[in-house]
Amino acid sequence: MLRRSNGKGWNGRSRVFILLIVATVYLVGIFVWGITMNPVKYGVNYSEKLVSPCIKHLFGTDFMGRDMFYRSIKGLSNSIRIGLIASVISSIVALILGIVAAIWGGWIDKVINWCVDLCMGLPHLVLLILISFMMGKGVRGITVAVALTHWPSLTRIVRAEVMQVRNSQYVQAAYKMGKTKVQVAVTHILPHVLPAYLIGLVLLFPHAIMHESAVTFLGFGLPAEMPAIGVILAESMNYIVTGKWWLAFFPGILLLMAVLLFDGIGESLKKLWNPGSGNE
Amino acid sequence: MSMKKGKKILSECIRMVLLLVAVSIVAFILITKAPIDPLVSYIGTNSTLSTEAKQEIAQYWGLNDPLPQRFLTWAGHVLKGDFGTSITYKKPVIEVIKSRFLYSGILMLLAWVLSGVLGFVLGVICGLRQGGIFDRIIKLICFILKSAPTFWIGILVLTVFSVQLGWFPIGMAAPAGKLAADVTIGDRIYHLILPVLTLTVVNISEVVLYTRQKMIEIINQDFILYAKARGESLWQIVRRHVLRNIALPAITVQFASFSELFGGMALAENVFAYPGIGTATTAAAMNADVPLLLGIALFSAIFVFIGNLIANILYGIFDPRTREEAGDA
Repeated sequence: MLRRSNGKGWNGRSRVFILLIVATVYLVGIFVWGITMNPVKYGVNYSEKLVSPCIKHLFGTDFMGRDMFYRSIKGLSNSIRIGLIASVISSIVALILGIVAAIWGGWIDKVINWCVDLCMGLPHLVLLILISFMMGKGVRGITVAVALTHWPSLTRIVRAEVMQVRNSQYVQAAYKMGKTKVQVAVTHILPHVLPAYLIGLVLLFPHAIMHESAVTFLGFGLPAEMPAIGVILAESMNYIVTGKWWLAFFPGILLLMAVLLFDGIGESLKKLWNPGSGNE
Repeated sequence: MSMKKGKKILSECIRMVLLLVAVSIVAFILITKAPIDPLVSYIGTNSTLSTEAKQEIAQYWGLNDPLPQRFLTWAGHVLKGDFGTSITYKKPVIEVIKSRFLYSGILMLLAWVLSGVLGFVLGVICGLRQGGIFDRIIKLICFILKSAPTFWIGILVLTVFSVQLGWFPIGMAAPAGKLAADVTIGDRIYHLILPVLTLTVVNISEVVLYTRQKMIEIINQDFILYAKARGESLWQIVRRHVLRNIALPAITVQFASFSELFGGMALAENVFAYPGIGTATTAAAMNADVPLLLGIALFSAIFVFIGNLIANILYGIFDPRTREEAGDA
């Protein structure tokens, strides 16, 4: 262990930290860059249609001469924004339901568990399409759909965490001292499940982003005029037959990187938090 | 003992059926709450039906009734096997679903078996050689695949094998312009390969990583060490001790993944324009084809339920802890 850390210069902990910082900078960078981007950068320019990747247009241009590099960045930024809103809503629902189910128990627990099973009963993608369909598609539809479908697995995690401390002495002592269930939940249970919850929230992002782009790709998410990875890939379908591979390849890589990095952040946090692997 | 087991399976089935009813209620509410006129959603926007015929349809499906009553009307017809007529395909919904599920079923079955078997073998090898080059490469590929969007992989596969290399057709389930009766089995297989490849690649990473994890857990147990001490060869250990311990959990996980399999199938079908349930779903939602959408939602739920049911029963039967409870240990 000691030899290894001397040999490489970094031990497991600092390597995880570095990965964490790089990933965060990359994702926040794309997010902010996309929000503040001037729409002219990915604007229509008919004099440069379907240019293959070059120095001026790193990812090439599409059939309307829009620069794919800037359009992809803007699109990913849009995806991150929607993923952020949706997974925060989803995770708060999960936090509340998970704690309520475990503390109150009895029929409330049964009902919540049943709702979790219910939500997982339809294929995820079908449920997303149905909700988005009901909301009339668009930004609102897709955000609501992603927010309403990602809480079940996290609810289970939170519930299991609470179950672990539910009968511990400090919680029982708090009850004996006359604290109500709500007080105990907020002051004693919540701090305990917070780390697991935050890690779960980070791990929810990649799912949210991926599902958003999948539903958008199928045509039930973001509108076609909005830059989004799903829209870009759906449009590229019409041009790959003629060999315009860059229209799909690079935007997909960008999305893949984002998902991979979010996953990486979540997994590293998990590692750091777990005492068993945190000091490796 | 077997009575108890039978009872457990029965109660599991009842729970599943109740959930199925609830899922169909949720799906019904979601679809009927969409901002479309209920009558239009049953006959389409450019219908040429007379006013009387329209009234008859509204009467038949209870379109002017309040929601609970409308659901009961719908459920009553569905139980008799009448899902209504699809606007998109101008055919009874049940027929559309039957013919399309056949296509999707073959696609999913092939990908499911392929990814299961291949993933299991890769996972076992990785677990045995933990930390080796092969293990690291496979693990890296699996992590990347896990994060890659299905439709993007589909597009890449299409670009490489159909457009660049020209080995496979661009899409559809049969050559364009050929009559349905003339399509041979060879044609079908030829058109199936790329969608199956995509779906397999997408689904494989989970099996590999799960099997690998289980493998590492098992291989570090004392009884494996004891088997080694007895002089069993690696293959003997794997065959006698390891496979027995990990095969069933892996199969269970594979059954529990029906939901993702369905989602991946829908995306892959849309990329390859493969005429299965996935393309029917998007077409139905695009055209606000409510009868078809309801039918598909119900059938996809049944599909997932069968997977979960099998997974749950397998858990119940083969988890030694639940067996002990039943007094079988």
